[in-house]
Amino acid sequence: MNIFDIIGPVMIGPSSSHTAGAVRLGNLARNILGEEPKKARIILYNSFADTGKGHGTDKALVAGILGFLPDDERIKVSFEEAEKLGIEFELVSGGARPDLHPNTAEFYLEGSSKTTNVLGSSVGGGRVVIFSIDGFKTEFSGEYYTVITVHKDIPGMIAKVTTCLSGRKINIAQMRVSRESRGEKALMIIEADEILPEGIKEELEKLNGIYRAMIISPA
Amino acid sequence: MAINTIDELINFAEKQNQKISTIVKEQKAKEQGLSEKELTDKMMKFYEVMKQAADRGTSKEVSSISGITGGEGYKLWQAAKKGLSGFNILKASARAMAVSNVNASMGKIVAAPTAGSCGIIPGAIVTAAEELKKRDEEVVDALFTAAAVGEIIAKNATLAGAEGGCQAECGSASAMATAAVVELAGGSPRQVGHAVAFALKAVMGMVCDPVAGLVEVPCVKRNGMGAAQALLAADMALAGIKSVIPPDEVIKAMAQVGRALPGELKETARGGLAVTPTGKKIKEKVFEKQ
Repeated sequence: MNIFDIIGPVMIGPSSSHTAGAVRLGNLARNILGEEPKKARIILYNSFADTGKGHGTDKALVAGILGFLPDDERIKVSFEEAEKLGIEFELVSGGARPDLHPNTAEFYLEGSSKTTNVLGSSVGGGRVVIFSIDGFKTEFSGEYYTVITVHKDIPGMIAKVTTCLSGRKINIAQMRVSRESRGEKALMIIEADEILPEGIKEELEKLNGIYRAMIISPA
Repeated sequence: MAINTIDELINFAEKQNQKISTIVKEQKAKEQGLSEKELTDKMMKFYEVMKQAADRGTSKEVSSISGITGGEGYKLWQAAKKGLSGFNILKASARAMAVSNVNASMGKIVAAPTAGSCGIIPGAIVTAAEELKKRDEEVVDALFTAAAVGEIIAKNATLAGAEGGCQAECGSASAMATAAVVELAGGSPRQVGHAVAFALKAVMGMVCDPVAGLVEVPCVKRNGMGAAQALLAADMALAGIKSVIPPDEVIKAMAQVGRALPGELKETARGGLAVTPTGKKIKEKVFEKQ
């Protein structure tokens, strides 16, 4: 057990799941978009929708997409910070969704060249899980160095990506593949033990059949 | 070697003739692949954040985002000199509520062990350090003893209100705080163990029943109480009083009580103070504002 999980982390209150976890969800959505967001629409479900305001969940989610970390004192004024940066944002209640975790948010982010849709939950103690990206089912925590690829669903794609990683001496801790339907687009998530070197995103995107690669570092 | 119980922790410290914090630092440095200096530097940063939050909430009225609570730390700080309970208890309580006020205002705190119980360790330890005239480095060492106690509770019971009720959050924080205070005051490892048992026994069964689901009512005041109990438990142990039930058995009992508590009383805001007439009214008001 890490002793700084017992005393620590340093965070902006009041709640590890409703505030710190919400910031981390926003951070992950921003990283998945992979560029500066220009527009954001965030839907809050269940407990996030019910008690979100009192916990500052709304401010925390916006702070996350601005790239603030859970101990940043600007979280409290994230709406004003977003306005200063000219980022349009909208927060709406999605109400009760019994099929989703109690603390769930969905992001529709738009950058200058890309858009993404990310659904994730704050599962306690500030830890989070991303459950879907652009409609693909996923399940990862952002606690590892993570590689995500959107690629053509054809034989050999997994081998191409893992070869690229093993060539850089990166050890895979977990991986998961999901797809829209056979032969269409698929999504691969690889969680690695080692820090992912510069340029790996570009290298993966050069591979034939890879539409897009995303790299996420643990916050 | 991994330390899983308070008894192992005490025996190990006694055998080495060391303070608990000394062996915890040695062991954690090995386990986490860091130097002892790296560990203490990081803990020092945490201690700075704790002190800053305590100062902020005692020097002015800090209000929560919802407006339900605010200023409790400041009010008690103002009254600390003339209070009946004694200057140190009142300062510790005021500081604990101050940190809790800062938390509810979306200010910076250290989760210790959780955000809901973040005031108790700073309240007790900053006040004890002031009274005992200890240097920051010594306080930071004592925080490792607190963390070790927290880790043992996490392994054998829980630190989450949603799993064990408030006894698991504020009770554990109070147990961690008293452990640090006893060591800081020069108590033996065995006295640390007794103090941990006193703090947990004092709040055994305490439910987690936050009004409107927010970390405010009764959390702010329970932080104030938890810090006072941490100092009392430390004084009892330092006076040579022993816990009849050993600390490890108290921790296991706390886990069992936590499991036995119904879901209504474990952070769901469906029982206790949350469903009193006033609690319900506050909830309606908070939701109306949204």
